[in-house]
Parts: sequence; structure tokens; C-alpha cells
Amino acid sequence: MGKAKRGKVVSYNKWGYIFLIPFVTVYLVFQLIPLVSTVYNSFFENYRAGLTQVGPNFIGLKNYATLFTNGDLLIYTKNTVIMWIMGFVPQILMSLLLGAWFSDPSMRLKFQRFFKTVIYLPNLIMASAFAMLFFALFADSGPINSILIGAGILSAPFRFMSNIWSVRGLVAFMNFIMWFGNTTILLMAGMMGIDPNLYEAAQVDGATANQIFFRITLPLLRPILLYVMITSMIGGLQMFDVPQVLTNGTGDPVRSSMTLIMYLNKHLYSKNFGLGGALSVLLFIVTGIFSLIVFRINTRSE
Amino acid sequence: MKKRTLSVLLAAVMAAGTLAACSGGSSAPAEKPAEEAAAEETVEEAAPEESAEGAVLNIYCWNDEFKRRMRDHYPGYEDVDATHGKIGDVEVVFNITPNDNNAYQNNLDETLLKQADAADDEKIDIFLIEADYALKYVSTDFAIPVKDLGITDADLADQYKYTQDVVTDSDGNLKALSWQGCPGLMIYSREAAKEVFGTDEPAEIQTKFSDWDAFVASAKVLKDAGYQVVSSVNDTYRVYSNNVTTPWVVDGKINLDENIKKWVDDSKALVDAGYAGTNELWLADWTKGFYPEGKVFAYFGPAWLIDFCMAADTEGSIANAGGWAATEGPQAFNWGGTWICGAAGTDNPTLIADIMRQLTCNEEIMTEIVKQDNDFVNNKPAMEAMAKDETYSDAVLGGQNALPLFCAGADKISMDTVTKYDQACTEEFQKAMKNYFEGKESFEDAYEAFCKAVIVKHPDLTY
Repeated sequence: MGKAKRGKVVSYNKWGYIFLIPFVTVYLVFQLIPLVSTVYNSFFENYRAGLTQVGPNFIGLKNYATLFTNGDLLIYTKNTVIMWIMGFVPQILMSLLLGAWFSDPSMRLKFQRFFKTVIYLPNLIMASAFAMLFFALFADSGPINSILIGAGILSAPFRFMSNIWSVRGLVAFMNFIMWFGNTTILLMAGMMGIDPNLYEAAQVDGATANQIFFRITLPLLRPILLYVMITSMIGGLQMFDVPQVLTNGTGDPVRSSMTLIMYLNKHLYSKNFGLGGALSVLLFIVTGIFSLIVFRINTRSE
Repeated sequence: MKKRTLSVLLAAVMAAGTLAACSGGSSAPAEKPAEEAAAEETVEEAAPEESAEGAVLNIYCWNDEFKRRMRDHYPGYEDVDATHGKIGDVEVVFNITPNDNNAYQNNLDETLLKQADAADDEKIDIFLIEADYALKYVSTDFAIPVKDLGITDADLADQYKYTQDVVTDSDGNLKALSWQGCPGLMIYSREAAKEVFGTDEPAEIQTKFSDWDAFVASAKVLKDAGYQVVSSVNDTYRVYSNNVTTPWVVDGKINLDENIKKWVDDSKALVDAGYAGTNELWLADWTKGFYPEGKVFAYFGPAWLIDFCMAADTEGSIANAGGWAATEGPQAFNWGGTWICGAAGTDNPTLIADIMRQLTCNEEIMTEIVKQDNDFVNNKPAMEAMAKDETYSDAVLGGQNALPLFCAGADKISMDTVTKYDQACTEEFQKAMKNYFEGKESFEDAYEAFCKAVIVKHPDLTY
């Protein structure tokens, strides 16, 4: 009976599972297991003093207590968020503008492909190489200062690397340059998915370009916008290579451009997997909270 | 609604990625405790087979300085390529990992901890260490006492005593040998000296820099003439830090010596008056003074700085034109130095002993090093003879024979206060104080940041 039934209904379910195997394996090995072991490690004292291994000894929540009493965690979180926002705001504005221009059929922009490629290009440069370049350009005796002095704008070199806001600004600027192309492409994809009939209808009704953008494009773009914001924020919280290379790992001046991951990286000097693990877990929680907040704000009106 | 679910899902996956990416090597099994690994090696090492030694000699180092010494001065060494050589039938392999970001030590540590399980030809035979972290290795069993290699006190009699004190462990075992001594001098630009002080005679210049008060007074004169007295206040750091009376760490607690505090106060005054910058050592803003346009009057450093680091091979540099001169400066000091360690578990003990004997005890070879490379070698009679030798002169120093000055400095060196934490303390202290010098934060805040940074590197310390 059962046999006959199986013969009639062809089940494709097993293929679904088979095709999922590669992803699940990779996810388990490279994501889930490290994730669980990070949490596990964060409860241990486990580091190397010189060439002597200390631990692992179970110490409960002491690593978390150390991080919180130390007081630096909040400062570094603040730095990270500030630098992310400084880079993200111009990035999203620029991308929206470019995305709207590129996807607007009435503009008929020429050389679209060329520009799309060009704005994406900075993303292809390794972040560390990019930061190295900026470090050389903005050094006290670097070319930017030479140009500014030569042009008579400055009388003495401006010490870009010794000023809190110029360092943060440079980091934000680099992140902006590197990522606005990527964001533009994402937003453009979203905009091209919007039904052109809506635009035509709006134009027939006499809506201005601004009205169309704010009343039609933006609301319909919300899911993509949300995705862009959350991924960018996660990337922002993990900001590491640009400030690390630009400030030579110090996060100076006064550690004002030290990000959370740079701080985490410092713990790896002593192979301090306990504290490093605790910091990672906190970062995970913070990322989760921020993502929820962004998500809430963006979906509130629905 | 569907899109909304999708975006949440995507975000969740990305967030999970954050954590996974950060966990790095945390899932790696705990390393074998050092003692245990070392114990195994001692057993192996007890019966070295002298007759059949290994066919490969692995040398761990951070630049090609040692390779050049081997190539130019070790009898029977044949150069093969940039990282390989040959001594008789033994293949010499140089594993060169640059010092940047501690990469050399990270690599060395990982390999040493695996030393017990490695195949004989893969084992480290020789590794090099520097003064700032020498104790980290010397105080473990990873370095063989040189006595066990068959090197006697008679062999070592001519070496400067301090080069041995630094690398002697708490049980009195000498664990490493150096071919160089590193007394430092004040190296100043002859052209700038002539322009500002009217003379480039070392003895005359010395009177203007005989102590720190004179130093500051001359710095003012230099500033008025458009020169910085030193490229960065970090240049004078070693002069102060080498004349301390207490170590960086006392009973597991970070300790600030009075002389280091004096460096901070003096440097702050120099920076505030605009006499010197705050650049980190080795970066472009610091090295600009190696060229005439850099407008830097002096650097502080030992022989290796003059010949190895000051761009002597680059056209247009002061060193290339022989435009430097050396004088003692305000205080005698010592900076750096490279030591040769035999690694426990090696299968080439006889060869290691011979390399150590030839390069660090053989007066003839060491004199040759001085003549060819202008290094300051770790051999008292050789150096004193060379100091009197009127035919010897250093081209970078415009023909000056600075060896009498170096010799005088070498006698005054004491390195009783070194700890295995010196490297971390020195690096972090200079970084932290930069913020204070530039007026970004108070000394107390900068000092606290320094302590925290050291503890991140050495969680076993407190402050």
C-alpha cells in the first residue's frame, strides 16, 4: 500500500536537503562551531605569558567583569559608532542620489557602465593598501601638506595624524570612498525593481521629481535600504583594517580612533583567548541590539 | 512582509559571521605547557650524536644582518641564495621574518613550542634575540646554555661582561652570545654643526652637549637656525632608559623609574619649545633627517644604526656623503644588540658551537668585521686595538674613528635592570607619551593608558 503511494507522488524533498549539505557543512565548521567555542572560551583564563601557557582555568564571568571595570570598552564602542556614522551618512546620501540618477530613464545618462565601474573600483583595493596610501599622503611631511603649503593655504604642515577629528574624518572618508559604489549598486537594483507604472502615474498626476523620490522611491526601497543599513552597520562595528593601518595600531590621538576589533586584536598579542572571546561575545550582543534598533525604526510605520 | 523576513535573516547571518570571524584561533587546542615540552627536549639533548649531525641548519632571524656576517666572515660558508647557504655538507637555511608587529617572535614562539615534535631537519638550530626581549627566551629551556655546547669561560674572556649578564638566566647559565656591543653615541650632521656652531670637531660639539642642560641650550640655538636638535624625542629615550636604577616591572607590578619620568619631563619641554618632534621611530617622518633637507641635527644610536639604518647606500643621504660625526653626548647609553641562541633539541650542536666561537670569540674574525662593516664587536682587546689604529676610519662619519668613544661608552654600560617585559613597556610607553607630549591628555591619563596597554600584552602584570 505504502509502496504504491510512494510510487505515484514523486518527492523532490531529498534534493533540497542534498543541495543544502555544502552550505550547512561550511556553516557548521566555519561559523557555528567557532561561535560556540568563542562563547565557551570566554569563561576561561587562557593566555600566554612569554612562552609559558597560563590556563585554561575556568573563571566564570571574570573576563566580562575585567572588560567592564577597565572602562575602555565604552570609549572604543563610541569611537567605532562615531566613525561608522561619519562614513555612513554621506555614503547613503551619495548612493541614493547616484542610484536615483542611474535608474531614472528620463535622465538618459551616458557612459553609465563606465561610471558604475569607476565608483565601484575603490572597493577592489585592499583596505590596508588604501590606508597605507592615505598614511603616506597625509604624513606631516607628505604630499598633501606640501601641496597645501605650496599653494599658500597653510603656512606650517597640518598634523593630520595628531588631530582627533582629522584622523576620524580620514577613516570615515576612506570607508565612504570604498563602500559608496557597492551601496549604489545595491540601491540601484532596488530602484529598478520598482514598477515604472507608478512613476508614470505620478508624473501624469503632476508630481515633482522630489515628490516622486520621497513618496514613491524611498518607501518602496525600504527593505533594501534596511538591508544596506544593517549590513553596513555590522561592517562598521567590525571596522579594523583602515584605522589599524592608518594609526599604526595605536588608534591615536588619545585612542580616539581605536575600534572594538582593534582592541580585540591587541589581546591576541598574548594569545588571550579568554578576554578576546569575552570581547567577541559582547560585540555579538551589541551588534544584535543595534540591528534590532535599526530594524525597529525602519519598520515602525508598517 | 516577505522582504522583511528576508532582511532579518540576512542580518542575522551577517551578525553570526561577526562572531565567527572574531573567534580566530580560539578553538585551537591549548598548547602544551612549556615546561613539559622542554623536559622532553632535555632528554633528547642529553645524548647528542656528535658523529652524525643534522644535514640542515635552521636559523631564525628578522633581517639579513646575521646572514651577511655569516657570508662575509664565517670560514667555509658558501652563499647559495637570499635565504640559503652551505657549510661543508650542511645546508644552512635562514628563516627571515621581519620584526614588524611582533611577527618574528610570534613565528619563533609557535615553532619553538612545536620543536619537540618536529623532524630533525625541521627543528630550529639557531635563533637570534634582541636585548629588549632576551630574557623571555633566556629564562626558558628553549635556549641551550653555551657551556653545554662546549664553550668555555676561557673562550669568552675577551667579551664585554654586560653582553653576558643580559643573557644569563636566574641559575647563572649563560644562554646566548653576541658578536656586537651596542654602546651608543650622539651622531650629528657635520654640515649643520658648521653652520650653527662654526665647527664640526667632535670635541668642540661635545662641550655644547655635555649634559641635558647644555643639550637644551644648544637645542634653542639650533631651532633659531632652523634645525631640530633630534628628529623625535623618542631618539633620546634610550639614553634615559639605559640609565635607570629600577626595572620596568617589580614583583609583577609596573614601575616607573625616576629617570624615565625625567625623560618625559625633559621631552615635554623640548616638544613644547618646538625643538623636537614626536614621530615614532623608523617611520618616514623620523627618517627624513637622514637627508640634508630633513633639517635634523642629531640622532642617538650605536654602531649598527650608523651603518645599517641611516640610508648609507642611498644617493643624496647625509650618510652617503660621509656627512655625520659622532660624539659622546649628554650620557653614555646602550641600545639593542643581537644575540645568538642555540635552540634546545638541535641536531647540530658542534656546528652551532663553532659558529658562536668564530663570530663572537675569534679576535681575528671580529677585527675583520670592524674593518669591513664598521660594527662595534664584542671583543675588548680587538676594539681597544682598533681604537688606537690610525689607519681605520668610518666613511659614514666622514673619516672619523669613533671607536675610542664607543669603547669608553661600552665600559659604562650596565644592563642590570632589564626584564622580559622591556619591549612591551618601551613600545607602549613611547606610544602613550606621544599623546602627552602633543598636549592631548595629561601625564596621568597617558600613563594609565600605557599601563593598560602593557597589561593587554602581558596579562600577568598589574599596576
